[in-house]
Amino acid sequence: MNKMNLEMIVGLFMLAGFASFSYIAIKMGDLSLFNEESYPVSARFISISGLKEGAAVELAGVKVGTVSGIELDGGEYEAVVQLDINKQVRLQEDSIASIRTSGIIGDRFIKLTPGGSEDYLGAGDEIAETESSISLEELVSKYIFKSE
Amino acid sequence: MRRFIEKIGREFLYLLENIGRMGFFFSTTLVTILKPPYTPYPVVRQIYFIGARSVIVILVTGLFTGMVLGLQGYHNLKKFGSEELLGSAVALSLIQELGPVLTALMVIGRAGSAICAEIGIMRNSEQIDALECMAIDPYKFLIAPKFIAALISLPALTFIFNVLGILGGYLAGVVFLDIASGAYFQGMYDSVEWADIRLCFIKSMIFGVLIVWIASFKGYFLHLNRTGVFGAEGVSRVTTDAVVLASVTILVWDYLIGSLILS
Repeated sequence: MNKMNLEMIVGLFMLAGFASFSYIAIKMGDLSLFNEESYPVSARFISISGLKEGAAVELAGVKVGTVSGIELDGGEYEAVVQLDINKQVRLQEDSIASIRTSGIIGDRFIKLTPGGSEDYLGAGDEIAETESSISLEELVSKYIFKSE
Repeated sequence: MRRFIEKIGREFLYLLENIGRMGFFFSTTLVTILKPPYTPYPVVRQIYFIGARSVIVILVTGLFTGMVLGLQGYHNLKKFGSEELLGSAVALSLIQELGPVLTALMVIGRAGSAICAEIGIMRNSEQIDALECMAIDPYKFLIAPKFIAALISLPALTFIFNVLGILGGYLAGVVFLDIASGAYFQGMYDSVEWADIRLCFIKSMIFGVLIVWIASFKGYFLHLNRTGVFGAEGVSRVTTDAVVLASVTILVWDYLIGSLILS
């Protein structure tokens, strides 16, 4: 085995390793090298139980952004959720943000319903109309205790 | 009775001595790695030996591990009517556990045993003493390149294993059985997170160090073998020891790292 050949094989091996790593990291780790243009929007919810950072934001079933941060507003006892929305997608001022579950045991995501206003939301604006997450247990308990 | 207590004491002292020697071996190697001169070429040769020569084994085992996961996962998930979860099941189990562990076991079998035997024979035929006589640091010359090479090769091999496993799961689930290819890949992309990939990376690097540490330690201190068996038999014995100890250590550490990082 001469020196050139060995270096060639090691080089190929390292390239293969790096290619595999980057495939997994970029495709699955949501490691975005080419940062898509997006703008931040916030929304307040009474309860977001089950929603996690990185969850999808969907409009008409199409993914248009992600949840980039979740904070508690201590004064209002409300959850403030930061959303990163694609630059191409313009949202009306009276859009509705609601927390939904994909399937019965699936992940939580935010569903946007377009409004009818002529004005659009800009960077840093807040979505005024929101629907909190629906908890199956709460619904059941409401039903049980009402019937007593 | 007295002999029994003496035996316990002797075993304990031997154990302590061994742990100390392993720690000393490891720290000496670390210091040697940091000390100049830095010679890249021996590292390249060791990457060739530990990494590149293991690729074929990793390709085959990765592919078939993925296919088995796809097959078993399909039949189990079908009972609950959720075959579309197959992609995430295959990818998560490969990236979190099977990729690093199986790669490490394969590397132990292929390279770990060879490293141990190589160094053991060098110790046996007094080549290590000869190096010391020539004022060549055996740690720098023999051990350090192997450590660095394992640290680089193991993550690369593990990710090659993961990709092949995912391909195997695709073959078994989508091509041979009837899962939609979109469901397979999209489920995978959605469920795997950066934390899982980081866990896989950390595990594979730690495993790489553990393998080389144990294998070269066992070979290097062949002459301090308690059984007092040297020569060819001694080499065969320490090589067996190294492979068994390394395999068990990998599985134990797999649990430890997982519980440390996931908690």
